[in-house]
Amino acid sequence: MSLEFHELSKQVYDEVHIAHTDLSLNPGVFNVLLGPTLSGKTSLMRLMAGLDQPSTGSVWFKGQNVTGIAVQRRNLAMVYQQFINFPNMSVFENIASPLRIQKLSESQLRPRVEKGAELLKLTPYMHRKPNELSGGQQQRTALARALVKGADLVLLDEPLVNLDYKLREELREELPRLFADTGATVVYATTEPHEALLMGGYTATMREGRVTQYGPTHEVFRKPHDLATAKAFSDPPLNILNLKRTAQGFEGEQGLSLKLPPFQNVPVDEYILGFRPHHLQIQGNAKDILELSGEVTVTEITGSESFIHLKWAEHDWVAHTQGVMHLPPGEKLELYVSASNCLLFDDQEQLVPAQV
Amino acid sequence: MKKITWLIPTVYIVFLMMPIYWLVNMSFKTTNEILGSFTLWPNNFTVENYVTIFTDPTWFMGYVNSLTYVTINTIISLLVALPAAYAFSRYRFLGDKHLFFWLLTNRMAPPAVFALPFFQLYSAIGLFDTHIAVALSHCLFNIPLAVWILEGFMSGVPKELDETAYIDGYSFPQFFFKIFIPAIAAGIGVAAFFCFMFSWVELLLAKTLTAVDVKPIAATMTRTVSTAGYELGLLSAAGTLTIVPGAFVIYFVRNYIAKGFALGRL
Repeated sequence: MSLEFHELSKQVYDEVHIAHTDLSLNPGVFNVLLGPTLSGKTSLMRLMAGLDQPSTGSVWFKGQNVTGIAVQRRNLAMVYQQFINFPNMSVFENIASPLRIQKLSESQLRPRVEKGAELLKLTPYMHRKPNELSGGQQQRTALARALVKGADLVLLDEPLVNLDYKLREELREELPRLFADTGATVVYATTEPHEALLMGGYTATMREGRVTQYGPTHEVFRKPHDLATAKAFSDPPLNILNLKRTAQGFEGEQGLSLKLPPFQNVPVDEYILGFRPHHLQIQGNAKDILELSGEVTVTEITGSESFIHLKWAEHDWVAHTQGVMHLPPGEKLELYVSASNCLLFDDQEQLVPAQV
Repeated sequence: MKKITWLIPTVYIVFLMMPIYWLVNMSFKTTNEILGSFTLWPNNFTVENYVTIFTDPTWFMGYVNSLTYVTINTIISLLVALPAAYAFSRYRFLGDKHLFFWLLTNRMAPPAVFALPFFQLYSAIGLFDTHIAVALSHCLFNIPLAVWILEGFMSGVPKELDETAYIDGYSFPQFFFKIFIPAIAAGIGVAAFFCFMFSWVELLLAKTLTAVDVKPIAATMTRTVSTAGYELGLLSAAGTLTIVPGAFVIYFVRNYIAKGFALGRL
């Protein structure tokens, strides 16, 4: 295990930023830290870096307790959401900065800086100052600095958020490859579930200052342990329906009937059913366990797909469908949810495993 | 419409330049011409006044003295204000906002208020009539101003820059001198400019705290009557020369000051 937290928590005045967290990240892999804004991603990263000290608990790196060790003495690199470069230094000097501090000779340093610059397509701009670069180039400079340092731990705190869409897509593809060869443990924070899925590797979901689940990205996505994880890993938000267990089976709100067989081994009567927007279908299927009629509020169309925002009882749901759907607000729409696409949580918001 | 676009700035500049023109005009006249007649330009052009200033030590030493204490003051002010401003911009501590405001209120008191206490104190401890005495007394006004200006510039630098430097392995002193100071160079220029200008034009404390050895130019210049009677031409020449250093400094920092305005600190 490369990076571990033991009983870590961080409190600033009365505000809890990180609640008791135990986590150990796999070494040398790309880890995604996924969670909505204010879920504590940045706080956790700052604790990883040693920029902040935890209120309780400890941080371990490569089997050593590094809690309280100065940032300068840890071999790590960090890239922020803002474009942070040293304004008085050229791109070359910016990338070379960590190596200069390590007192590398010019002949050792130059090839490494040039290689890093080449990987991030900065070679033509080596003599420019950061403020003479575009936003994308500035962030590439910061990434190149993190890359050439040869750090054991690379922290990327939403580095692509301030870039335009095209650049973001391009860098998103490159990033895991760039750092794969360095053998560094990379932690990449993001708010976007599909970014986590694209990046692959491992994902730790966060919600309200807690790491809710950590594992291979696809596993976390398919089998979230609890509702919080499922919510963090769903964009548009997870659709939710409250259920009650009755003698005949399950019953939804407003007497809605579900074709879900009753199972007796779990002694709980109240459940939460979650289904992702692309699992809320507008066409029926033999395996459907749920049929209901919702009211359209808004339809968002993005070229080849549509996001239909619906109201059913007290709930606001989203259905994600292929094709362009022109649906006027107020229209009634038949909706179907299939058994294999449901996530059933108990009253403690824990996943009820393989119930169907 | 086209005429007005050049007319208004012209009128503006004429009004602005009038007193300066008159000063320069007088400096090239003899005292007799100044007192005897009204002339728009020197009829008997003379550089005698300037020659006197550059040859008579009682005159030119005034400039040397002024420049000396102004320089000392600017250096002290910046050396003290840099760490103070860094603390105000980077740390939150008990009463920081009150302290910051209180620092500024120092500037609200007129220098005359402090003339007597400074005079008595410096006399008692033997600092009277030294460069450092004037430089220190001006610090009372310049340090708060410098802290305030620098704090604005420093707060414009994200604290992530500090952290990035630490992560790269910079120690605090390395970061401060190699990265932070260059990053706020414009702010330091602006702060130095304001310290310089205040100290350069301040008359009362400079006059009160000096006697013979370090008499500043402002004091020399304002003794209107000497043994030779009215020397208006000479005084005008001294006044013209007093404007020159300020004009130089403004020329060099004009771009920085624009940046300072953009940051809302000036």
